[in-house]
Amino acid sequence: MSITDTTPRVPLLDLRDLTVEFATRAGPVQAVRRVSLQMMKGETVGIVGESGSGKSVTSYAVMRILDRAGRIAEGSIVFSGMPLQAAPETAMRDLRGREISMIFQNPRAALNPIRTVGRQIEDVMLRHGQATRQTARARAVEMLEQVRIVRAAERYHAYPFELSGGMCQRIVIALALACRPQLLIADEPTTGLDVTTQKTVMELVTELTRVRGMSTLLITHDLGLAAAYCDRVVVMQRGQVVEDAASGTIFRAPAHPYTRRLLRATPRPGAGLRDLLPEGAPAGEPVQAPPPDAPPLLEVTRLVKAYPRPLTASWWKRGAAEPPVRAVDGISFAIRRGESVGLVGESGCGKSTTSTMLMRLIDRTEGSIRFDGQEIGDIPPRAFTRSPLRARIQMVFQDPSDSLNPRYTAERAIADPILRLGGRAARAGLRARCEELAGLVGLPVELLGRLPHQLSGGQKARVGIARAIALNPDLVILDEPTAALDVSVQAVVLNLLQDLKARLGMSYLFVSHDLHVVRLLCDRVIVMRSGRIVEQGLTAEVMQHPRHDYTRELLAAAPEPP
Amino acid sequence: MRTVLLRLLGALPALAGVILVTFLLTRVLPGDTASYFAGPAASAESIAQIRAELGLDRPLPEQFFRYVAALARGDLGMSLTTGQPVLADLTARLPASVELTLAALLVAMGIAIPLGILAAVKQGSWADHLCRIVVTAGVSLPVFFTGLLLVYVFYFILGWSPAPLGRLDAFASAPPTVTGLYLVDSLLASDIETFRAAAAQMALPVATLGLFALAPIARISRGSMLAVLSADFVRTARASGLSPRHVILTYAFRNAMLPVLTTLGMVFSFLLGANVLVEKVFAWPGVGSYAVEALIASDFAPVQGFVLTMAILYVLLNLGIDLLYGLIDPRARMGA
Amino acid sequence: MSAAQTIPETAPGAAPRPREAATAWRHARHVITGNPVTAVAFALFFLLLLCAVLGPFAVPYNPLASDTANALQAPSWAHPFGTDQLGRDILSRVVVATRLDMTVAIASVVLVFALGGLAGVAAGYFGGWTDRVVGRIADTIMAFPLFVLAMGIVAALGNTVTNIVIATAIVNFPLYARLARAEARVRREAGFVQAARLTGNGEWRILLTQILPNILPIMAVQVSLTMGYAILNAAGLSFIGLGVRPPTPEWGIMVAEGASFIVSGEWWVALFPGLALMLAVFCFNLLGDGLRDIVDPQRRG
Repeated sequence: MSITDTTPRVPLLDLRDLTVEFATRAGPVQAVRRVSLQMMKGETVGIVGESGSGKSVTSYAVMRILDRAGRIAEGSIVFSGMPLQAAPETAMRDLRGREISMIFQNPRAALNPIRTVGRQIEDVMLRHGQATRQTARARAVEMLEQVRIVRAAERYHAYPFELSGGMCQRIVIALALACRPQLLIADEPTTGLDVTTQKTVMELVTELTRVRGMSTLLITHDLGLAAAYCDRVVVMQRGQVVEDAASGTIFRAPAHPYTRRLLRATPRPGAGLRDLLPEGAPAGEPVQAPPPDAPPLLEVTRLVKAYPRPLTASWWKRGAAEPPVRAVDGISFAIRRGESVGLVGESGCGKSTTSTMLMRLIDRTEGSIRFDGQEIGDIPPRAFTRSPLRARIQMVFQDPSDSLNPRYTAERAIADPILRLGGRAARAGLRARCEELAGLVGLPVELLGRLPHQLSGGQKARVGIARAIALNPDLVILDEPTAALDVSVQAVVLNLLQDLKARLGMSYLFVSHDLHVVRLLCDRVIVMRSGRIVEQGLTAEVMQHPRHDYTRELLAAAPEPP
Repeated sequence: MRTVLLRLLGALPALAGVILVTFLLTRVLPGDTASYFAGPAASAESIAQIRAELGLDRPLPEQFFRYVAALARGDLGMSLTTGQPVLADLTARLPASVELTLAALLVAMGIAIPLGILAAVKQGSWADHLCRIVVTAGVSLPVFFTGLLLVYVFYFILGWSPAPLGRLDAFASAPPTVTGLYLVDSLLASDIETFRAAAAQMALPVATLGLFALAPIARISRGSMLAVLSADFVRTARASGLSPRHVILTYAFRNAMLPVLTTLGMVFSFLLGANVLVEKVFAWPGVGSYAVEALIASDFAPVQGFVLTMAILYVLLNLGIDLLYGLIDPRARMGA
Repeated sequence: MSAAQTIPETAPGAAPRPREAATAWRHARHVITGNPVTAVAFALFFLLLLCAVLGPFAVPYNPLASDTANALQAPSWAHPFGTDQLGRDILSRVVVATRLDMTVAIASVVLVFALGGLAGVAAGYFGGWTDRVVGRIADTIMAFPLFVLAMGIVAALGNTVTNIVIATAIVNFPLYARLARAEARVRREAGFVQAARLTGNGEWRILLTQILPNILPIMAVQVSLTMGYAILNAAGLSFIGLGVRPPTPEWGIMVAEGASFIVSGEWWVALFPGLALMLAVFCFNLLGDGLRDIVDPQRRG
């Protein structure tokens, strides 16, 4: 707020005591409470918060596109001198797209699936008088070129389903900037995109808005991203602004305890796993590297998974010439006892296929998987269910909600492996064992009787982990175990995993898209791309002296705070 | 063009299935077909002879082959009640049914789609309430019962409509046959009098069938429009300042029509069935009432012919719907 | 299975756990009391049930006894719904018919629920040839207009009530098979099913303990929604003279008998059985909507 005091200029966007209410079955709920925020022309401001903090609702209120149940209950929104909170809908329509525009999360869904992208850009320009019927086509192609769509004239005719996620996001950006608005609101514009794509999209936005002298309001859950691209960061928690400061200040001297917690929990260069926990949290076991001479637990040699090409429209013409798609293309690596290995790559690189093969849920095409000296690649998935080895390889799944049977209580879910694979002896002490496991993963025992929908995301993650370690497995595959969690919960879960490993002596294969998260937990990393391993080595070495260009690209793509 | 061919190919298995099932239905006829044909007083020898004549003593695959061959010649057997070939009977009566069904479908779509869209766009408005009433009532009303109610009110009490007895009253004569649809033919012949008479006769049965088809179309229109309106791309369109008209017509409507189009197949299925009941109520000389009469007279060849005709018609209708779908949705064109 | 049994079953899942059952029951009560329409549907349903069970003992007249002296009497105190062309009491006939109509509908729905549900779940879960066979059967049935196919089946199998049940079940088969297949398919790749594989559950056990309990509630809603259609389908068949024969009281055939009197103004002969039919269908449709609310996890807990 210091900006308004020292500069005589009028802010471009001025929110005062904005309160947004949603009508729910249980009565009105305030999603945003007395939020005040000023933005100058040309300024880039980030609103950061975890899910449910009201950051997106605030931006929807500015655009006045809240859904039916939501309404602005109090406060004012002034955009370059115009009060918007009670402006007539027709005036808002003239404003949207021409003065304020917006880009969204999930770009493919943000585009009309059955209209060519060129036409969609034209629609906006025609609406705001930025082009005539005669010039619209040329202007749309020009816009496509500005967002670096190659072969723009050709892509003008493309439908969203024919373009990649990153390309769709560029189209959405073109749509938003087509009428040269003064303010761009970017609502989680990079969530769901690969890290390298994230970087190019963010750079494109920054460059295009700077050239046009626009202001940008970036809504994100990622403090690092906001700090890297914004002049100022506003932190929101439970519908309220808790801190508002220049990005440098926020990183150097966060004032509010919540900001400090959030900042600590965010994985960043130089910070160790324990540094992510709030100050004063009980320190876990010291992080130890496994002895370098530990015997290998899992050895993968020239592993291949090939899928036949999908049937095309001309199936009767399909010759034998087309080779099958090799999702995993001859990879070799080993995991030693007590070691954590990270498997990193972007979507479609084959990391999930690899982990599913190692779990013996699908068959491999070629190569060998040796677990503790035994070849397990030959055992078909169905037979492996009855193998004594089944209990020794377990997995923690990506989405904690999806991986729990909605009709099983937490206890029943944790008990499942014991009941099936534990033998009679284990079944006798079932209840006690479940409580012990709950204690191990830090799940309050009284929650054991609850169903998944009665648990929070972090609690569900703990149930999933307890189930995976119930039989004291030797190897646990962690498939993006924190991808669906808020950063503060992620920090706690990562630490929990580290403690469990130290106590139980398991090995981990941590599958993730995020090198900076993998780094925290893993002794070694493997970088995959298009089904092949491009680089593997000790974590510190790979992070500091990446040998392969792709690894460098991945590392550079993560946003760097000032 | 290639897509069209592909879709045609895609309809072949359905067609084959339909013919096979119809064939199987003829083979499990109650009792023995041969003794049925021979009559109650026939001796064992004459039954055996008839069985040989009909080819019923051959193995099933051969019988099926003969059946298909007969179909290819357009031979659906003879009707015992009318003494005519079933094919001739069906072709003579089909236009009446087609006219009724198409008119009802057009009326239903003309009302239900705008109603459903309006209900979705203006939630809680009178259109929404009306839509809800129409949908709930429409699925609960037995179509033959609606027909009788309409007859009672509009014929017996108000006297507005003519007696529910066929396509034209006794004093009018049928227009020269071009398409077989009286409304179209009378217009082609510039015969306004006949057009009016035919329209008057059609009003009640069309209203009955239309009311019946109204409910599913309105419900899907409303539902899919609601879903589309809350879709991300509509939010993008709104956030770009596009006018509500443009958002609803160009962005939401076309997308919302995709599920409606799919449902239309189901609606056709219901309509072709309900047609039978409505034709019986209004003594409409279509294929449905023909089949019902044959059924009651235990005359099975017409019933089988009818089932087969309806099924083929329905397969073709679905094919049309598929093609239309491909026109609207570029994704369907690719995945063909 | 009647809808009354499906209500508690939809909520608590496979193994009854008292706590969960209690919350589900509370939720069901909340939905019923919170939504007057659902309450009405439940009331109607119990009325139907009452008629079906006690009807034959409670009606004032013998539904088959003709009294030609009193033929075609308009509704009066003695005959609240009037009398038909043979002087039979329409009220008694309408009430007694409930049992037959309900039995036909329930029997056909139970049949198709078991067959279609199992076939669909197996197709969705196992995929491969099971999926192709079930899919081909469903597609072939769907290639016919359903009512027309039902006519053809009854004509071929013989004109009996049992065959009406079978025909109604057959034409509903694709609906159930497709729903069950879609639901099973979604869950086949769900995390909790993968997790169950890792914990040593065989395929059949997964099907029975992980997949089925999660699909049953959705199927139960379908049951209620299809009940209405099953009733209409059976009544339609008897309206055109299939299945039930006079003088058996049955709603469809009673409307058919009354049809010829509509044009001469004796409206009550067709009206009351028609209304009964409509109310029954209406009741099950509303019940289906209400059940959907109970089952919808977003409205739970």
